[in-house]
Amino acid sequence: MIDLKVNGVARSFDGDSNMPLLWYLRDVLALTGTKFGCGEALCGACTVHKNGEAIRSCVAAMRTVGGAEITTIEGISHDGLHPVQKAWIDANVPQCGYCQAGQIMQAVAFLKSKKNPTDDDIDGAMAGNICRCGTYQRIRAAIKAAAGEQS
Amino acid sequence: MSAIENVSRRGFLKGVVSTGAFVLCARLYPEALWAADSLPLDSRVEGAPLHPSIFLGIETDGTVYIVAHRSEMGTGIRTSLPLVVADEMDADWKRVKIEQAIGDERYGNQDTDGSHSIRDFYDVMREVGATARVMLIQAAAQQWGVSPSECTADPVHAVVHRATGRRATYGDLATAAAKLPVPKKEDLQFKPKSGWRYVGKGTPSYDLDAICTGRAEYGMDAHVDGMLYASIEHPPVLGGKVKSYDDKGPLAVHGVRQVIPIDPFQGPPASQPLGGVAVVGDNTWAVFQGRKKLNVVWENGANESYSSDEFKKELRKSSRTAGKVVRNSGDVEAAFSKGGKVIEADYYVPLLAHASMEPPVAVADFKDGRVTAWAPTQDPQAVQETIAKVMGIPKDNVICHVTLLGGAFGRKSMADYVAEAAVLSKKTGRPVKVVWSREDDIKFDYYNAVAAIYMKAALGPDGKPSAWLQRSAFTPIPSTFAPNVEYGSEGELGMGSTDVPFDIANLRVENGPATAHVRIGWLRSVSNIFHGFAVQSFADELAAAAGRDRVEYLLELIGPARILNLAEFGYPNYGGAPDKYPVDTGRLRHVLELAAEKSDWAKRSRSKGKGSGLGVAVHRSFLTYVATVVEVEVSSGGEVRIPRVDTVVDAGLVVNPEMTRAQFEGAAVFGTSIVRSGEITATKGVVDQGNFDDYPVARINEAPYKTNVHIVDSSAPPAGVGEPGVPPFLAAFCNAIFAATGKRVRDLPLSKTSLSA
Ligand code: FES
Ligand code: FES
Repeated sequence: MIDLKVNGVARSFDGDSNMPLLWYLRDVLALTGTKFGCGEALCGACTVHKNGEAIRSCVAAMRTVGGAEITTIEGISHDGLHPVQKAWIDANVPQCGYCQAGQIMQAVAFLKSKKNPTDDDIDGAMAGNICRCGTYQRIRAAIKAAAGEQS
Repeated sequence: MSAIENVSRRGFLKGVVSTGAFVLCARLYPEALWAADSLPLDSRVEGAPLHPSIFLGIETDGTVYIVAHRSEMGTGIRTSLPLVVADEMDADWKRVKIEQAIGDERYGNQDTDGSHSIRDFYDVMREVGATARVMLIQAAAQQWGVSPSECTADPVHAVVHRATGRRATYGDLATAAAKLPVPKKEDLQFKPKSGWRYVGKGTPSYDLDAICTGRAEYGMDAHVDGMLYASIEHPPVLGGKVKSYDDKGPLAVHGVRQVIPIDPFQGPPASQPLGGVAVVGDNTWAVFQGRKKLNVVWENGANESYSSDEFKKELRKSSRTAGKVVRNSGDVEAAFSKGGKVIEADYYVPLLAHASMEPPVAVADFKDGRVTAWAPTQDPQAVQETIAKVMGIPKDNVICHVTLLGGAFGRKSMADYVAEAAVLSKKTGRPVKVVWSREDDIKFDYYNAVAAIYMKAALGPDGKPSAWLQRSAFTPIPSTFAPNVEYGSEGELGMGSTDVPFDIANLRVENGPATAHVRIGWLRSVSNIFHGFAVQSFADELAAAAGRDRVEYLLELIGPARILNLAEFGYPNYGGAPDKYPVDTGRLRHVLELAAEKSDWAKRSRSKGKGSGLGVAVHRSFLTYVATVVEVEVSSGGEVRIPRVDTVVDAGLVVNPEMTRAQFEGAAVFGTSIVRSGEITATKGVVDQGNFDDYPVARINEAPYKTNVHIVDSSAPPAGVGEPGVPPFLAAFCNAIFAATGKRVRDLPLSKTSLSA
């Protein structure tokens, strides 16, 4: 039995402990905001927070998240929108939108550690998150705007 | 042909609006079918939430429902077409709710590809909106006993009597409007451009909030109670068959329930399932794991002979051998034989995969000879047709609900993956969700054709070509649908080949044969990718040979402003009528001149030195004129950065400039992926790549840092915006690399060329 918290709610899991967190979130808990893009930690679509840090849930086996606090896009903000979500909306970032939950989760974790990121900081932090629609320049603008809000 | 009808009292949109609501439908399907339809507007589809051909409903509380019948894959079409309706009827966009249509031929064409949604449906959406406005005004005028001409819908979502200031909201008027006859089209008054509220302004996506909060529902998120999950091991070689497999291994995996073989396809692959062995179970992870234990032994069949290296040589040979003449003027051979400066070049563009972020996925439920499907599809009617064919049931017995698409780029107009879910649902007796892994997506795509293009020109003393020959050999799309197709279709050749817009006396275009060994399909801008790349790269080579400024040289190649008559070469013009959408070299010149201005070409192209450079290209596709200037920096180690891109777009009337800009920003990134690393290869018929490690796409640090999109203000009829940004970017990028390094990129992708100093 693996106990963990997902978006503040206590959960326990008794299935295959090798199952990646991604599929537990999506197929068992029906938290489908977290997306499947590659299954190999290559695209970032599945990014969630484990104890506040961004991880790729597609390669995080359930046995590695026992006792952890997991936050997904559905749990990033309790009332209204998170400043990063607001910035995303203001910059009209998404096209198809499929990658964006992962992008936002990555950006939220990143901005906690870096208050005033440079372009290079942003490139470094976001290079693991693919957007096939090519929304990168708006992502960069949104991150800068959110950082401005924050500081 | 369309006709608008008031169907308020017929109970349509049931479950969406209440009785008393005002409901309009537009018939977009061919008139011939109207009579044949015994219950013309009733849905043949029991229980479908929407009734085909309904586009607009106004609820008594003022909520306006607008149906989106095209698929949303990121272009914003699900927002932009309803926006046209809302604008013309003076509705408050905040009170509009969009309902996604199911697949039904009564919506007219729903195949969301070829960048033609706005172009095909702009007029009818306006008509629906104007009809509603006129009827609401009439309803108010009647209540007040005044003439409709004294009333206006100016205040948004309400009608006002100018003289007295009396006011009624759309909600108040819905029930009265519902009882009125529909005005004749001739009697409609359309709003002048100056009165447009939303069209031409920046309106963000209807789904923006849902996307940013994780609530948006894609095909990957579709869920039906009691559904099983399935993952399919496809034949690694196209046309291969299962010899044997092990079901004990998979069945021993916790959560796996069944192992089910799927029949191989018959005849050309078209959109039939590929066949193979499915593992079915309780969750995605279980069936992915089960699949690894199948140990399928395959009979690969004839396509086992296919290897990309060998194939490239064949293709090159084909492009170097006299082929089928598809356009000819003057006498190129005579001109070449006169000598002078003759320049030749060979270009090559490999197979390309779509790799949309959401891999193919679908849910289907088979019950009593009927199928209900939920799919991220570009073409729900193709889903109906494919499933009907594969399962041997009537098309009307297939309901296809369209989810949001997590990207598509042309892949999701093929319905093979939806049909797989239907087949498995029948075999299991349960709803089934088929999930393709990324590896499945990359290995079993409908690839963009692999192409070799041979170019030859003779330069006169003025540096301008006296003769131009271009010959492409590529694996044609029709080969996916019919046996033994080796030559390109008029459509494919009309994408950068028969429509080469240059003013050259002796000009010949040819097509060489090529045989496909994988499924070939449509990818964002299709054969414009390789034709546009070759033509615009070669133009740059000629300018270099002539020692000329690129922009000036291109303008000379295009020649004076004129209308090109290409009908005699079978040029389909993307289905656009030649009088409404002529090939206008004046507009082509204009975008190029504007791109030079906006990018400060004259100054920046000259001031660039070693390691940095500007490249330019101009191309018309999907009836839209685009010129692109790319700036690159190449480090001594050969690493390429793209600090800036300037793109000028003349797409006629632009409904949603904000989303149009996004499409061209995205096209630059898409083009960057093609140039930098886009390459699918096969060895013995098996595709070598499988995920983003060996089929990389551009990341934030590799994409253009900044793409400036300049939209030409135009009142020409609307044209495409999803695709036309890609072709000119490719050549402009490689021309910039030449300007920066002196190295010519003729073989894509760039990873094959060493750029280190
Ligand atoms: S799905 Fe996890 S990184 Fe791609
Ligand atoms: S918005 Fe489509 S993949 Fe990022």
